[in-house]
Amino acid sequence: MKKLKLNIEKIFGYDLNAGDIVYLSGDIVTARDKAHLRAVKLIKENKIEEVPTELFHLPIYHCGPLIKNSKVVSAGPTTSARMNEYAPLILEFSKCPIIIGKGGMNEGVVKKLEGRGYYLSFPGGAGALAAECIKEIKKIYWSDLGMAEAVYVFRVENFGPCIVAIDKKGRNLYVERSQK
Amino acid sequence: MVSRNEFVNTLVDLIMKAETELSKDVLEVIKKAEKEEEYEIAKVVLQTIIKNVEVALERRIPICQDTGILVFFLDVGIDAKYNFDIYDAIREATRIATKEVPLRPNAVHPITRVNSGDNTGIYVPVVHTSVVEGDEIKVTVMPKGAGSENVSKLMMLLPGEVEKIPEYVVEVIRNAGGKPCPPVFVGVGIGGTFDECAVLSKKALLRDVRYMNDFERKILDMLNSLNIGPMGLGGKTTALSVLVETAHCHTASLPLAINVQCWANRRASTILG
Repeated sequence: MKKLKLNIEKIFGYDLNAGDIVYLSGDIVTARDKAHLRAVKLIKENKIEEVPTELFHLPIYHCGPLIKNSKVVSAGPTTSARMNEYAPLILEFSKCPIIIGKGGMNEGVVKKLEGRGYYLSFPGGAGALAAECIKEIKKIYWSDLGMAEAVYVFRVENFGPCIVAIDKKGRNLYVERSQK
Repeated sequence: MVSRNEFVNTLVDLIMKAETELSKDVLEVIKKAEKEEEYEIAKVVLQTIIKNVEVALERRIPICQDTGILVFFLDVGIDAKYNFDIYDAIREATRIATKEVPLRPNAVHPITRVNSGDNTGIYVPVVHTSVVEGDEIKVTVMPKGAGSENVSKLMMLLPGEVEKIPEYVVEVIRNAGGKPCPPVFVGVGIGGTFDECAVLSKKALLRDVRYMNDFERKILDMLNSLNIGPMGLGGKTTALSVLVETAHCHTASLPLAINVQCWANRRASTILG
């Protein structure tokens, strides 16, 4: 098990394995239920240019933050499994196939990450701590979806612990622990 | 005489307390689990949870961004003196708390999915009222997040399945895996009617989580041998307490409700009058 502080832009330069713990610095983008639904709908309608480009270039954080006066108050992860149906299509177009969430995802998503990316588990419920690591809201898309469902680009510093739960080689801590 | 103003202000403070600090019993069992956990990843997760609770308390910010749907339990004394609409006052306190604490606006219409913006709506916040002895009004608030609520279950078992109850509880937690933010607290309602059973399972979560009887402990041990662990990443800490409440039921039925609660078993109580 490695513990690493990583710059998000350089993340693919490291060979991360399931069980490693990383603290991320750089930009991430949030998306949860409604944003995934809308993005998938737009892609299917051949309107991919209307999807916030960050969803294809930054790690996607499954999160519906609590925000007051344009400041992030609490922002832990939401249950990733709800995005199982929509994530594969988005990952297909992603140059940065990394998902940060909680609880793990199904085989369809794991397959899309194989040889390409990672699923990182941020401890669920640790919203206050996560907010401490979010230094700036750089952009907001789809604010019509409401506070919890809009798409935010966050600049984060030492965001973690993010536990590598599913790695490029297909190792999956959620499956491994259930077989023990 | 309790005034409306006093009631609303007290409730806003109560919601603030419930969202930003964990009660002593809940924190105690989490800390005990961290000490006893041997798997390194599980330990890191539990340490992060404890640190998060400290940050939230120090900065007076919500422990979790999912500030939940607010569920209130009202024990109204039969001789309590007040001259206002309690339900309306609870809604007002919820609106104020949404702005002040703040709370994330979570309440949407079930079909249109339009968000009300202030955590109120049709039958929301949820209020369970009991009339009790005395002249006081006891109010308890439990912010309930969706991650754990979504994996909760109500089943109508056959009367002959009493012995299988522990297995059914285990099945629900096994299927839930990492989704409800384990380590979880498990409220179990046994008996009553379809509706009463669900309420019992939620009320069970209000109990002091440090104390369990042999039946509850037996189910807890079964859950902690599943190796789901904190956040579903493995380890022996899958559940922190199992809390069972019972009610008489029809001779032909055996309702079983399992209300799963995340590690952040947030609730706070106050007494007025």
